[in-house]
Amino acid sequence: MSSMPLAHSAPASMPSRGKVGMICLIGMESWFFAGFIVAYLFYIGKSSTGPQPRDVLDLKPVLVNSAALIASSFTVVAALRKLARDEMGAFKFWMALTILLGGYFIYGTGVEWKGLIEDRHLTISTNLFGTTFYSLVGFHAFHVVVGLLMLTSILILSMLGHINVVRDHMRIELVSWYWHFVDVVWIFVFTTVYIVGMRP
Amino acid sequence: MTTVPAPIHSTSDPRMGLGERLHGWAVSVDHKRLGIMYIAAGLIFFVIAGLEATLMRLQLIAPLNDVLTPQGFNQMFTMHGTTMVFLVGMPVLLGFGNYLIPLMIGARDMAFPRLNAFGLWLFVFGGILLYYSWIGGDGLYGLGGAPDTGWFAYSPLTSKAFSVGHATDYWILGIMVSGFGSMTTAINFIATILCMRCPGMTMMRMPLFVWLMLTVAILVLVALPVLTGAQVMLLLDRFLGAHFFDPQQEGSVILWQHLFWFFGHPEVYILVLPAFGFISEIIPVFSRKVIFGYPLMVAATVSIAFISLGVWAHHMFVIGMPPWLNSLFAASTFLIAVPTGMKMFNWIGTMWGGRIRFDTPMLFATGFLVMFLFGGLTGIMLAVVPFDWQLSDSYFVVGHFHYVLFGGTILAVFAAIFYWFPKAFGRMLSEPMGQWTFWLLMIGLTLVFLPMHMSGILGMPRRVYTYQPGRGFEIWNLISTIGVPFQIAAVLLLVINVVKSLKSGRVAGPDPWDAWTLEWETASPPPSENFRKIPTCTSARPLWDRKHPEDPDSNYE
Repeated sequence: MSSMPLAHSAPASMPSRGKVGMICLIGMESWFFAGFIVAYLFYIGKSSTGPQPRDVLDLKPVLVNSAALIASSFTVVAALRKLARDEMGAFKFWMALTILLGGYFIYGTGVEWKGLIEDRHLTISTNLFGTTFYSLVGFHAFHVVVGLLMLTSILILSMLGHINVVRDHMRIELVSWYWHFVDVVWIFVFTTVYIVGMRP
Repeated sequence: MTTVPAPIHSTSDPRMGLGERLHGWAVSVDHKRLGIMYIAAGLIFFVIAGLEATLMRLQLIAPLNDVLTPQGFNQMFTMHGTTMVFLVGMPVLLGFGNYLIPLMIGARDMAFPRLNAFGLWLFVFGGILLYYSWIGGDGLYGLGGAPDTGWFAYSPLTSKAFSVGHATDYWILGIMVSGFGSMTTAINFIATILCMRCPGMTMMRMPLFVWLMLTVAILVLVALPVLTGAQVMLLLDRFLGAHFFDPQQEGSVILWQHLFWFFGHPEVYILVLPAFGFISEIIPVFSRKVIFGYPLMVAATVSIAFISLGVWAHHMFVIGMPPWLNSLFAASTFLIAVPTGMKMFNWIGTMWGGRIRFDTPMLFATGFLVMFLFGGLTGIMLAVVPFDWQLSDSYFVVGHFHYVLFGGTILAVFAAIFYWFPKAFGRMLSEPMGQWTFWLLMIGLTLVFLPMHMSGILGMPRRVYTYQPGRGFEIWNLISTIGVPFQIAAVLLLVINVVKSLKSGRVAGPDPWDAWTLEWETASPPPSENFRKIPTCTSARPLWDRKHPEDPDSNYE
């Protein structure tokens, strides 16, 4: 009884509360990342011992990773287009592709980290570079994983036939906003870590 | 569209057992009940923090006193500060926002009722986690206890080497968890205010309190994530051996200060802007005049929020920043006095020529104007860099921010309690007891906090557990402590007043103050769906328009 929210909906002229809520969440998360980016920039070149970014970071695999993540932003847009036209088969295909691309990004990050930890002996406690690198890239990867969990839930629900275009289009669009946000954050992280941080 | 559910059992229904009633509150997603629970929990923490402050004042009543051990004193000021900021100020103000925003904009509930309940329980859990440190803080080392690093937890005090045991971890996690609660609530406020207004309620017709809460919510979304990020870094330092704030490994303790105060200064405005909101609602009603300069008030609010994001390093003048940075932060701090001053003048302009009724809410509101002005002026003094070099971390600063946060925020909260209690519970608080509460509190607050400016100027540093005799500190500390019983009496009187009035207070009716905003249109207490029929509004004072159809405000818009 009292635990049920009262049924209500916003007047037609008002913005959607889902959209406003998601924009707020994204704004909030941006400030969270801003703290870690500031810390990374603050500590660039401050480590006098241990590996330096230019010694251990390898740009090529990261570029492939980034391409996969950025492509996934386009595939999720394609999926939403199909959903709007109620083409569920094509929707599932594009969603699956999005998840694969995002999953490849996480896999690539894992391979990069394995190499850094095992071959280059860089951990979070090695020096300031390790501290800031793993925390910034790691928190981004964590957000990618959260996004992947949401996308995968949508894919599973659609395979079980639980997606209703009229009811759920907005919700899925909001998840796609989050996914674009994760993508944009990566562009900032990439610029900070692999371009600014590796300057001679 | 809108469906009105069957009326639910009232919590005061005598036929319901206590367990059933408590269960009703625990599972509630009604913004009104959540708001009341926020405020009640915040006031419980207010009493706890007050007891901690009392112990500190007893320790300082005379030189070389030994009521508290040095470490016990450190724990007291840390827990007092942390509790007042995170477990009293934020929840009480967010609680009022929760209760009032939907009523003021003519909505049935918040935009996300379940998220709202989630936020409340995160806050409660975070508070318990912080206080659990008294038990669990010892950790495996058998040392520690409650956090003792001060409410801003400067590194390297918080590093493993200096903070043995888990006290600091409880500090981090307790604040972080309750912070998540505040952030979800802020999202809820913004979505509610932007999306749920009743027909005719344009942005520029919203009550000023709603404008101020919208601004506060935006500040929460900017400031709190940065604190959370800094706390995550500290956790990584403490548990995974990272070096963010570890000067032994080239980490910087200054980075913590920047990140903390980037949160910390907007936080001060998060705590004081809702108080401005209360005052902006109460003063017009008790002066029987429209608020003076509504658009200017909105503009001043937004400017304060904007500038408050660029003043944080005025907390750090003594760390030795380059002169241009000192000047920049001093200038931005002076600048913030301009919109705040505009607000002061607008409130006085509202009172000017009005038929003022000094009921208890108005008394507190007037007290707020005087006390907050005093705190604001000492704030401008501290913005002068050389002055700050002299008095930073002295009792002068303690006196200053207690005038702002106690003389400002707490007085405004008392005003709000007396003003909106009849709405929430349907009965008036006792007026004579309210007047006594006011005068006891004013005397107590002046006795406790005014002498702190003197001992500060004489050179008494803050956060010392004792002092040597013969340096001129004795008399000021003695007066400070003498003020404490007055404050205790004021708070006790409020508690008695609330308990008595809940049972036998005068029945309030929907609109006891002859007010103009929408919350006074519905019954007291409001039904669970707030309004039988969604109201409409044609001006910033919808109730005035309905009471005075011959001369509605909409004629002048």
